[in-house]
Amino acid sequence: MSTNNTNNREYWKANLRLLAKLLTIWFIVSFGFGIMLADWLDQFSLFGFKLGFWFAQQGAIYVFVALIFIYAWRMKAIDRQFGVGDDEDQA
Amino acid sequence: MSTQMLTYLFVGLSFALYIGIAIWSRASSTKDFYVAGGGVHPVVNGMATAADWMSAASFISMAGIISFVGRDGSVYLLGWTGGYVLLAFLLAPYLRKFGRFTVPDFIGERYYSRAARIVAVVCLIFVSFTYVAGQMRGVGIVFSRFLEVDVSTGVIIGMAVVFMYAVLGGMKGITYTQVAQYCVLIFAYMVPAVFISIMITDNPIPQLGFGSEVNDGSGLSVLQKLDSVLLDLGFSAYTEGSKSTIDVFAITAALMFGTAGLPHVLVRFFTVPKVSDARLSAGYALAFIAILYTTAPAVASFARLNLVDTVHNTPYAEAPEWFANWEDTGLIAWQDKNNDGIMQYGAGAALSPTKPTFTQQTGTHGQRLLENESTDVTNELYIDRDIMVLANPEIAGLPGWVIALVAAGGVAAALSTAAGLLLVISSSISHDLLKKTLLPKITEKQELLYARLAAAVAVCIAGLFGIYPPAFVAQVVAFAFGLAAASLFPALLLGIFSKRANKEGAISGMLVGLIFTFTYIAYFKFVAPELNTAEFWLWGISPEGIGTIGMMFNFIIAITVSRLTSKPPQSVIELVDNIRIPSGAKAATHH
Repeated sequence: MSTNNTNNREYWKANLRLLAKLLTIWFIVSFGFGIMLADWLDQFSLFGFKLGFWFAQQGAIYVFVALIFIYAWRMKAIDRQFGVGDDEDQA
Repeated sequence: MSTQMLTYLFVGLSFALYIGIAIWSRASSTKDFYVAGGGVHPVVNGMATAADWMSAASFISMAGIISFVGRDGSVYLLGWTGGYVLLAFLLAPYLRKFGRFTVPDFIGERYYSRAARIVAVVCLIFVSFTYVAGQMRGVGIVFSRFLEVDVSTGVIIGMAVVFMYAVLGGMKGITYTQVAQYCVLIFAYMVPAVFISIMITDNPIPQLGFGSEVNDGSGLSVLQKLDSVLLDLGFSAYTEGSKSTIDVFAITAALMFGTAGLPHVLVRFFTVPKVSDARLSAGYALAFIAILYTTAPAVASFARLNLVDTVHNTPYAEAPEWFANWEDTGLIAWQDKNNDGIMQYGAGAALSPTKPTFTQQTGTHGQRLLENESTDVTNELYIDRDIMVLANPEIAGLPGWVIALVAAGGVAAALSTAAGLLLVISSSISHDLLKKTLLPKITEKQELLYARLAAAVAVCIAGLFGIYPPAFVAQVVAFAFGLAAASLFPALLLGIFSKRANKEGAISGMLVGLIFTFTYIAYFKFVAPELNTAEFWLWGISPEGIGTIGMMFNFIIAITVSRLTSKPPQSVIELVDNIRIPSGAKAATHH
């Protein structure tokens, strides 16, 4: 039981570490590039857009989609590594 | 065939499709009714979530708002998509593992308290009804313009269709109709966007088109041209913002956290078979949503450019047909201030008060005359923001079938969201209020009957909101997000990520968040609207963004009170341990 508990605790820590990394990216592209740094980024240009404007109305959304798929994919691996995935149920 | 006939045909065919699906996927148990039996494939669920999410506000109003406020409109794009990241990371997988039927179910059990469950039900009903009323206005607009029926008749037709599949089919019926509605609405949104992008820039991809060069030989990009045209007319530049950074920050955050706390979105993730499916499904949902949300800013800029080109300095007598059509609905008005018969467009409100009141007469040029006073600005036009998406294909002169398609898409967007909201309202009444609180003895069959009855009553109330829209509705829909962020989101998040959070903390946090946010909004919107300017706001944060502060108060109170009161019982700590690991998830159950 106690090894099981330790395993689950380690699994939770791995999850939190991954979340911290991905949420940092989430924050930087939306609140960072799209809002706080937007005016400064506007001096650069991408596909004909001012860069800050592009992040606020396009770029951040693409990054969001990618982040969720990366999380789903990485968590699947972490689930398996700690043996707590939901595939095993079906066996 | 005339545009009118095509519109009847398209809307009629789409209704027939939704009703057919409803009959095919009839719910036979409470599990079917609440969570579609828990066996929905993640891609299907993602698509249904996207339709559920993309309301009349997304389809009709969002591009219109962005069109008029330009860069400041980014808050909606960031807020309404960024929230899905939080949902997928912080809530959806764990609530799926918890495996019950409703959001108050989780709060009630995690905080081992009937009071907490009731507070959650109150928050849920409040948020959902304000939201549903907004959908009904959308249905009304589409019907009154395109089907040329009375708004009331239109709303009744719409409600009858929702009644069919929400009451009969429950979540199961709704899920499969929403898949069909997603296809209709995204097709209807993309077709005119692609056409118009090609017309203006020769680039068939709208997302790239609005950064490309306009094909008029000026060498300017769409946004550069728009900036210069608008500056000439006395507006501020389209790509420059006018809100303060802190306010933009707060509004975006309120929309994001509110999105993650919206019950009708959360409950969709109870329908997939596994925890890993819930994570993946949120990704698909956002991908399907992003197709529309990345197109919307392109549509917004094209529409604004086309509008200025078409109406500014055009004699009223030569105005295109759509202008008079929309004038008939009262969403466009023209007051010939300088009596030259030519429409001048520019910055500032043309009329006082801002919204037009029509006399029954027509003027020398055939325009509808107004009771409103003129204002000092040269602008002679009132244009409601809500018409931009619907009128866009007409303004661009696209063929009749595209216009008909957009009408069907607008109806699909409004109905799919209304149905999802009605379902969470009815299940929180039949399940949380009746089964879990007032009438614990009822059988599953009776509970299902009550669920259907509650759905039927909710449909009727929503219909009444549509026919007799209370004046406050349009103003409060955006605030549903602030309220959800300030009340439900912290309770859900702490319930999963903190074992120390207890019922005293959660209840006091939810109440403080809800009351603070509600009071702040009510004060500036209803009690003292004349003070609703940045100098009177708390830290320069507008009522739209105050949910973020309410949420912080909720977190602070919930954590502090939890620390000062006793720990939650061992069984709850085990529950939290259990929902943190994916293995052992079963389909949503009753016990």
